[in-house]
Amino acid sequence: MPLQPLLPAANLAANFAELKAPLRPQEAHVEASRCLYCFDAPCIMACPTGIDIPAFIKKIAFGHPAAAAKTILTANILGASCARVCPTSVLCEGACVLDDRDELPIQIGRLQRYATDYVEEHRLTVLSAPAHKTGRKVAVIGAGPAGLGCAAELAQLGHDVTIFEQKPQPGGLNTYGIAYYKLKPEVSLAEVKLVQSLGVQLRCGVTLGRDLAVADLERDYSALFLGVGLGDAQRLRIPGEDLPEVRDALDFIEQLRTEPLENVPAGRAVAIIGCGNTAIDAATQALRLGADSATIIYRRGEDDMSAYEFEYELAKSEGVEFLFHTAPVEVLATHGHVCGLRLHHTVVNADGKADPVPHSEFTQAFDLVLTAVGQEKQVALLRELFPQLAVSARGAIVRDPLTGQTNLPHIFTGGDCANGGREVVNAVGEGKKAARAIHQFLTGTPAAPTLQPSRLGAQSGPSGSGLLAPIRAHELEARLK
Amino acid sequence: MADLSTNLAGIKSPNPFWVASGPPANTSYQAHRAFEAGWGGVVWKTIGDPIVNVSSRYSALHYGPNRMIGFNNIELISDRSPETNFREIAEVKKRWPHHAVIASLMVGSREEWHDYVKRSVDAGADGIELNYGCPHGMCERGMGSAVGQQPAVAEKITSWVMEVATIPVIVKLTPNITDITAAARAAKRAGADAISLINTINSITNVNLDTFVPEPAVGHQSSHGGYCGPAVKPIALNMVQACAADPDVRLPISGIGGIANWRDAAEFLALGSTSLQVCTAIMHYGFRIVEDMNAGLSAYLDSKGMKSINDLIGRAVPSLNKWENLNLNYQRVARIDYDKCIGCNLCYIACEDGAHQCIDLKNPAELTTDLGPGRVPHKPIPQVREADCVGCNLCSLVCPVDDCITMVNLPNDKPAMSWSNYQERLARGEMQPIPPHP
Repeated sequence: MPLQPLLPAANLAANFAELKAPLRPQEAHVEASRCLYCFDAPCIMACPTGIDIPAFIKKIAFGHPAAAAKTILTANILGASCARVCPTSVLCEGACVLDDRDELPIQIGRLQRYATDYVEEHRLTVLSAPAHKTGRKVAVIGAGPAGLGCAAELAQLGHDVTIFEQKPQPGGLNTYGIAYYKLKPEVSLAEVKLVQSLGVQLRCGVTLGRDLAVADLERDYSALFLGVGLGDAQRLRIPGEDLPEVRDALDFIEQLRTEPLENVPAGRAVAIIGCGNTAIDAATQALRLGADSATIIYRRGEDDMSAYEFEYELAKSEGVEFLFHTAPVEVLATHGHVCGLRLHHTVVNADGKADPVPHSEFTQAFDLVLTAVGQEKQVALLRELFPQLAVSARGAIVRDPLTGQTNLPHIFTGGDCANGGREVVNAVGEGKKAARAIHQFLTGTPAAPTLQPSRLGAQSGPSGSGLLAPIRAHELEARLK
Repeated sequence: MADLSTNLAGIKSPNPFWVASGPPANTSYQAHRAFEAGWGGVVWKTIGDPIVNVSSRYSALHYGPNRMIGFNNIELISDRSPETNFREIAEVKKRWPHHAVIASLMVGSREEWHDYVKRSVDAGADGIELNYGCPHGMCERGMGSAVGQQPAVAEKITSWVMEVATIPVIVKLTPNITDITAAARAAKRAGADAISLINTINSITNVNLDTFVPEPAVGHQSSHGGYCGPAVKPIALNMVQACAADPDVRLPISGIGGIANWRDAAEFLALGSTSLQVCTAIMHYGFRIVEDMNAGLSAYLDSKGMKSINDLIGRAVPSLNKWENLNLNYQRVARIDYDKCIGCNLCYIACEDGAHQCIDLKNPAELTTDLGPGRVPHKPIPQVREADCVGCNLCSLVCPVDDCITMVNLPNDKPAMSWSNYQERLARGEMQPIPPHP
C-alpha cells in the first residue's frame, strides 16, 4: 500500500517547532554581557566569513541590536540562517575562550539570531549598495549560499550582478535542504530579498545550457561565478532501489519544506542509509512525521560517521536507532511496495574498506528507505558547459582557495561545487572571497579590508579574520593533544 | 569565635552592623525584623518636623547585568510624626535592651534641637546621630548638607546639642565637601562623641534619552539626589581613613558607604571604623544579608587570630602615606601564567592602547614555555617585556582569569628612596637627576 500522511496538521506544527528558541531581550543582554570582548578574538578566526563577533555582541550588550545586525550582515549576508544552522560548537563557540575558563561559551549563534531577527522584524535597512556603480556586470550561477554570498558582496562593491537559478525558488539548500526545526524556508527567502535589496537581479527557473547559452553569458558579463553546488544523490546500487518507497533523503527533506506537512507521506518504520548530517536530519524528521521508528544504517562504526557529535546526540535523544557495521544488500518488496531490507554485517579491513561479514545476512522490516550516502559531483554538467574548466579527480572545480579563481581567469567559484560539500557558512565565505577577487579582476584594485587588520598580524602570520583561513575548534583540540 | 561586640563612644551593640538611617530604619516593625535577622543596631530614619515626599524617589546605576551598583534617592527624612517615632523607639528599646538604637535628628532652631535631644533621651535611645548630610531637599531649607558643608555652622549646632545631651552624640558628615576632615574637626571642637561617614553624594544617575528627564522622574522634572551603594565604597573608604588618620579628629568612627558584605566591612574596620552602617544592600536584598556579614567577619577574624574587632580596627590606617614618601626604587612586573591563560589578549590591548606598550604578541611557536589551554594555532600570545614593564597593574586588573597575571616584586640592590629623599639628595648634589622616560 502506498504511504500515507500519519498525523494531523496541529500535531505536526508542534513536532516541527524550532529546537532552539530565540533569545528574549533580557536573555540576550545577559548573554552578551558575558562576552569578554577579546582582542583578535579566536571566534572571529573560527568564522569562515570573519564576522567581528565581539563587536556585534558588544552592540547587543549596549542595547543596539540593529547596529549588531549591520556588523553581522556586512560580513555574512546569510547571517540569519547561519545563526541557526552553523555548527557553532565546532566553529565560533568552539573557539570561545570561556571554554578554557571552564564556563559555557557565549551563545554566539543565538545572539546572532537575536540581532538579525531584530532588523527583520522591525523591517530595518542596515545594508546598502553604493550609489556609484562600476558599470561592470557579473553573472552568478546558482542562488545558493555561495552565489548569494558572492552576489551581495559584489553589489556592495558597486557591480551589477545577475543570479541565474535552476530551481523555482532561490536559496539553495537553505531553502530546500535543511531540517525544518533548524531553519524555516521563510528565513532563507527573506535573506534572498535582502540580497535583492542591494540591487542584485535574480532569475529563477533558468537552466544554464538549456535556457541560456554559456556563450551569451560570457559575451554579456565580464566575469562568472559558479556556485552550482552538488548534484543528485548517489545510488545504493542494490536490487530494489527503484521501488517507490526508496527515496533520496534530500528529496524527502525538500518535500517537508515545500509542501504542507500534513500532505507528506510518512513511513512507520523508516530506514536511513548513511550516517552524515543529512541522514540525521531525515531520521529526526521522519519521527516528527509520526514514524514508529527511524533506524540509521551505517557500514562503519560510531567513530567514522561524518555527522557532528551534537547531531548524533540529538538523534539518540530523540529515539533514532543506529545499526553500525551494517549495510543493505537488497530492498525487499511485497506487491510492489517496500516491506524491508536484507542487510549484512560489515567489518572494516586493513585498507579501511567495509567488507561484508560472511553468513551474517538478516532482514528487518521497513516501509520507507531514505538514502543519504552523499551527492554526486556535477562533473558531467561542468564538462559539457565549460569544456576548458579544470575539475579535480574527486569532481571538484579546481580553484585558488584564497580567490576562488579557476584556470579560466574570468570564471570564479566557491561553495560545495568547489569544496566538495561543506557548511553553509563556508559557502558564503567562499562566495565573498571570490567576489572580492572578482572586484580586483575587474577593476585592478583590491577591495578594502573587511576587518580592521590586527596589529599583531604583521608580526606573526595570519590572525584576525577567519575569512581567509578559518580555524576549526576540533582541529584546535587535535593540535592540543 | 572572635568577639564581634562593639562599643562606639559608649554605644554598645552585639556586633558592629547597624542599619543606617534610611528607609529600612523607618518603623519599629522594620527594627524588630532587623534585630531578629542579626543586626547589632538601628539608626532610626531621621526624625524632624514631618515632611511630605514626592512619588518616584529612587534611581540606580546598573552595570551590564548587575543591578544597583550605585543607588540614588530624593526621599527626605521621616514623614511620620516625632511622637510616633519616639514612641516606637521606646518600644523597640524595651524589647531589645542589648541592641543599639540611635535616634537620627534634623531640626532647625536651638530650641527644637534641645527638645528633640531630650525626647530621644526620654525614649531610651542609646545615642543620637545628627544628620548634617542629606544633599537634597532638606539642604534647601537650611538643614542637612547645608549644615555639613559649613563647619562653623555644624560646630554651632553640635554645641547646642551637647548642652543637653546625656547620651553619646554622633555627627554624620556629608562627603559633598572639599575636605571632610574640616567638618570632622568641627564636630570634635563642639564636643561630639563620634562621627559617622559618609552620607550620600550629590548625583544624577542617568538621563532618559527619550524624554530627556533624568531619573527619578517626577513628572517632567527631576532633582539632584544622594548617591550610595557599592560604587561609592572607594570614596567612603578614602574619607574614613582621612578622618581616622587626622590627629585633630581622634573620634570613633561609624563607617558608611557601599558596605554590602563581610569583606567590605573588614576593610572599613581596617581603615578606622568602629561600627558599620548599611542601607543600600538591605534595600536590595533585605535584612538577611547581615548573616554573611556576621559569619564572614567572624571567620576572618578567627583566621587572622584576632580575638575581637578591636584587633582589626585601624590596622590599615598607617599603611596610607603621602605619595612623596613612597619608595621610587620599588619595582614590580607582570608575570603571565600560561597554564591559566585563555588567550583573550585583553592584557595585550590594554597595555598597548591604555598603558605603556610593554606586552608583545608572540607566535606560540617562538616561545619555549609550555602554553595553557588558550593556545590557538597561529594566534599570537602575550608576553611581558619585563625590562619595559612599569608595574602599573593594568594587565592584571583586566585579566579575566584569577591569578593568571600576577604582579611580582623584582628585588634590586637600590636603597629605598622617596621623592622627598630624591629632592634632598639632588639638592645636596649626591646624585644626578633620573632621566625622563623616553
